[in-house]
Amino acid sequence: MSHNGLPSPSAAASAAATADTTSAQAEPVVDAQDVTRHYVLGKDTIVEALRGVSLTVPPGAFVSIVGPSGSGKSTLLNLLGALDRPTSGALRFSGRDVADLSDAELASLRNTDIGFVFQQFHLLGRTPARDNVALPLVYRGESRRERRRRADEALDLVGLAHRRDHRPAELSGGEQQRVAIARALVSQPRLLLADEPTGNLDSQTGSDIMGLLQDLNAQAGVALVVITHDPEVAALAPVELPIRDGVLDQERATAGSLVPPPAVTAPPPPAEPDDSVASQRPPSQAEAAEEPPTR
Amino acid sequence: MRAGESLRVAGGAILANRLRAGLTALGVVIGVMSVVLLISVGTGARAEITEQLEALGSNLVFAVPGGFEGGPTEGGGPTRSPFTAQAIDDLSNDLAGQAEVTGTLSSGEQARGPAGQVGISAFGTTGSYASVTDTDVTRGTFFSDTDSALGRRVAVLGPSAAEELFGQRDPLGQQITVAGVGFEVVGLVEEAGTTFGVDTDLQVLVPLRAAQELFGIQRVDTVLVRAPSPDALPGVVDEVEASLAQTIDEDRFSVLTQDDILGVVGDVLGTLTLVLVAIAGISLLVAGIGVSNIMLVSVSERTREIGLRKALGARTRDITSQFLIEALLLCGLGGLLGLGLGIAFAEAAAATTPLPAEVTWWAIALAFGTSLGVGIVFGVLPARRAGRLDPAVALRHE
Repeated sequence: MSHNGLPSPSAAASAAATADTTSAQAEPVVDAQDVTRHYVLGKDTIVEALRGVSLTVPPGAFVSIVGPSGSGKSTLLNLLGALDRPTSGALRFSGRDVADLSDAELASLRNTDIGFVFQQFHLLGRTPARDNVALPLVYRGESRRERRRRADEALDLVGLAHRRDHRPAELSGGEQQRVAIARALVSQPRLLLADEPTGNLDSQTGSDIMGLLQDLNAQAGVALVVITHDPEVAALAPVELPIRDGVLDQERATAGSLVPPPAVTAPPPPAEPDDSVASQRPPSQAEAAEEPPTR
Repeated sequence: MRAGESLRVAGGAILANRLRAGLTALGVVIGVMSVVLLISVGTGARAEITEQLEALGSNLVFAVPGGFEGGPTEGGGPTRSPFTAQAIDDLSNDLAGQAEVTGTLSSGEQARGPAGQVGISAFGTTGSYASVTDTDVTRGTFFSDTDSALGRRVAVLGPSAAEELFGQRDPLGQQITVAGVGFEVVGLVEEAGTTFGVDTDLQVLVPLRAAQELFGIQRVDTVLVRAPSPDALPGVVDEVEASLAQTIDEDRFSVLTQDDILGVVGDVLGTLTLVLVAIAGISLLVAGIGVSNIMLVSVSERTREIGLRKALGARTRDITSQFLIEALLLCGLGGLLGLGLGIAFAEAAAATTPLPAEVTWWAIALAFGTSLGVGIVFGVLPARRAGRLDPAVALRHE
């Protein structure tokens, strides 16, 4: 995958090993500051699905967001996936605020920067694996030949090159999820967003899939955000963020959450040290990263 | 997204629901087929009438009973012809050296010959009929004006009449009876063909006076005048009007050229065709509503797919154009099938029934263009609905 512009595997791996919060950081993949999302259901009914969430995902990070249903997980996923806009607060992807982007620009952002992995796989049923994987490239106007070449590469990466002509119905659940992962990778995104990636799989297959995602995160350097209700899956991430009632639960966050692995190989941006921290703090309350802020 | 890719996706979606797509497109198929068929028949009818009128000869002027363009004449009933044999003689004298004149009178009668009895069109006319209408006498002679003036009972047969009455026998010099009255066959005329399934060759031409006696009337249905050239037509029309007006009230007859008749027949056929095509057009409209309906169902069914495509980077217009192209493809395929069936039926009708039909390129273009228009107009609503779907909501649609 070194041709694709992502950090080389060795560099990303070493970056993960040596957390250095003081060094110059790459632009965060996604940066949410005090983001809320309210749904107006009726004249007088407003559901506050997210009530002020701050979260920074640096390049190459692996973060899990864990919470029960109704906690605001899906709403947060929508925002982190640029599928939705916050009601208030700032949401930036690689420094670009979604408030400044048109719907078409958001679509383009999803196409180039974000790869989705869903619980239900969401593969097109009548379409062979290879064309499923190539689907994001269709919306970039890539030639069919180029799409197939890159889809084959992505399938190779998830170990399914030999199944490329099979339709989803001819593949096992684990294989389908691998195809979906290949599809998420084919556009060489900065962020891989996995929504309950193991939810429809047996435990062994689920742990294989998590292993694959972790390898991709470690070797290809793509940032990985896993949203799950499963504590075992969440525990795989060095940064584990519980969510409850629309807020990230600071108290129960794992210690590692404040020191996410930076990606030192990215070009040095003019970023402030504050941005290097995946945190629940509003920017104005910048503190030493080692001390978990309390509310 | 490239148009070719959209077309491929649309084709796949249609193939995935063949029966549903087929039933939906059936409305378009029937609509387009009807439009092509009806326009073809209308065009064919006009062409046939033109041909028949021209077959009568060129540079003809007709004097017919009643007002031609002024609506119904007083009394409202069928117009009684004001023309008499005398009027034709007078007109012939007035136009002597300028134009040839004849008159006709016809009635359906039973004729009997050695080979059997048959219903024929008994046609009373003068000796100049053959030259006025450019009719070739293939055997024997046409009767003369003298024969006509004297009311001699001689007859000239069309090819079909000759065959029905005489079979393989030679009719010349033989006797036939028309409405029980005996006539001697003196000549045979060339084949004229059929008009709308009526065999114009199944006619028996007899002298005008004899026909009047036979039918028990004094009038003549139509006066026919042949001008020597197209340039002479207007002058001849004026002469005929002036001459006839000496003895007949001007309101009781009209003088027309072939072009006048073609114009009116064309107008009538055109209006009739338009009405029929409009009715066929309504079926296309109904088909369009069906397309819209099924596309909405399709959008609803594929909500998650739309959500996925948007999540993967499809813009609103990518999705909108994809569904619009699907509607267009559905209607286009229906249109093509309708064209095929319409042309096939028109050709079959022309070949096996008296109904004339002529398939024209503009009928094909109109029908196919309309089907594509239906696709666009009725595809817009579902396509916009698809394009506007919120990706976050669509992805979780059950």
